[in-house]
Amino acid sequence: MLEACSVTCSKRDRVLFENLSLGVKAGDLLYLRGPNGAGKTSLLRILTGLSVPDTGSVKFAGQDIKAYPSEYYQQLLYLGHKSGTNGSLSALDNLQFWLAQHGVQNNQDRLYEVLAKVGLVGLEDVPVRFLSAGQQRRVALARLWLKRAQVWILDEPFTALDVKGVAMLENAMKVHVESGGVVITTSHQMLSNEAGEHRVFDLEYRF
Amino acid sequence: MSLYTGIFKRDLHIAFKQKAELVQPLMFLLMVVTLFPLGVSPAPETLQRIGPGVIWIAAILSSLLAMERLFRDDFNDGALEQYMLSGMALPAISAVKVAVHWLVSFVPLLVLSPLLAMFLNLTYDMYIALMLTLLLGSPLLSLVGAIAVGLTVGLQKGGVLLALLLIPVFIPLLIFATSAVDSAALQLPYQSQLAIIAAMLLLAAALAPFAIAYSLRVSQN
Repeated sequence: MLEACSVTCSKRDRVLFENLSLGVKAGDLLYLRGPNGAGKTSLLRILTGLSVPDTGSVKFAGQDIKAYPSEYYQQLLYLGHKSGTNGSLSALDNLQFWLAQHGVQNNQDRLYEVLAKVGLVGLEDVPVRFLSAGQQRRVALARLWLKRAQVWILDEPFTALDVKGVAMLENAMKVHVESGGVVITTSHQMLSNEAGEHRVFDLEYRF
Repeated sequence: MSLYTGIFKRDLHIAFKQKAELVQPLMFLLMVVTLFPLGVSPAPETLQRIGPGVIWIAAILSSLLAMERLFRDDFNDGALEQYMLSGMALPAISAVKVAVHWLVSFVPLLVLSPLLAMFLNLTYDMYIALMLTLLLGSPLLSLVGAIAVGLTVGLQKGGVLLALLLIPVFIPLLIFATSAVDSAALQLPYQSQLAIIAAMLLLAAALAPFAIAYSLRVSQN
């Protein structure tokens, strides 16, 4: 469904990866692994279209994402290192504005339901910067249950999450993959069985 | 369309949650203007002569203080990435953000301008001319400033660089704006200066959103 065709990326005169090709189809959970500085985040950003590869292209459903961005972005959910939540807004406001931007019908009950699911009951109206790092992460993760997107690209989604949070997220990935979605994720800890079957892709550190 | 009003509301909402950041540049402007009678001379004729220039220079400097917050927070917390992946047109998003920035940082300045005009002993005609130049010139500051903010947002300590990039670009605007007010002081027509500022504004309004979008994309790379 999503494929990278011989992409090359270099940062500061160091080639991170060269002619890398990678494809995922519906029902795949791809787990990207590699040491710090191997280019995992760069690869994910190229897959989302935020960064432009030096050579090569990224295709979604057979079409270049540069040529048909809106089809791709309707089906994409990206969570990066930066959570994309504004510190002075509450969790509820943040999510509501985000939903409006992504053209998702806003349903107040559903929003409260998801906030309860990610363990933020009673914290809906607190400005996000007063929440702990893990709770801020949970606000960002709440999007996974709010937008119906086929492709999830998650960069280090487990950062700052507690054991329960990790299990919840792994379960969400499993459910998503089983319903025909695609998950591409990076992490420094191994995915447990909770996440279901997954494919590992190793990125080497190159000099 | 409703997508863009969503961004409009969000930005206004955030702006009013960060009141200190809104008020600080305005206080700075007020203080710079009050320093001149103390430092140069409190003689009404001198003040009247330097007044338009003082107000415009203070407005440009204070706008530089407020300029950075246009994209800084959105860049740092990742909201900009989410905008780019929302499928909305980035030039349109940029235009909306610039509009909100103008509303919250320059409209208060316009409201304050009668007070400044009084401080510096401007005549009624001069005040009207000043108001018109600010009305046409301040959106131009926002639009052109946003391009530079987009370019420097990824850099650490981009603030001074921003000033160095923008001040030379604002020189033509300063020249025409103060010359319009000077003409008004001499009871001369000043439509030509206003027309030139308006032309610059129209050009910027047409092209700046695309330049801002491009500079933001470059900053993401």
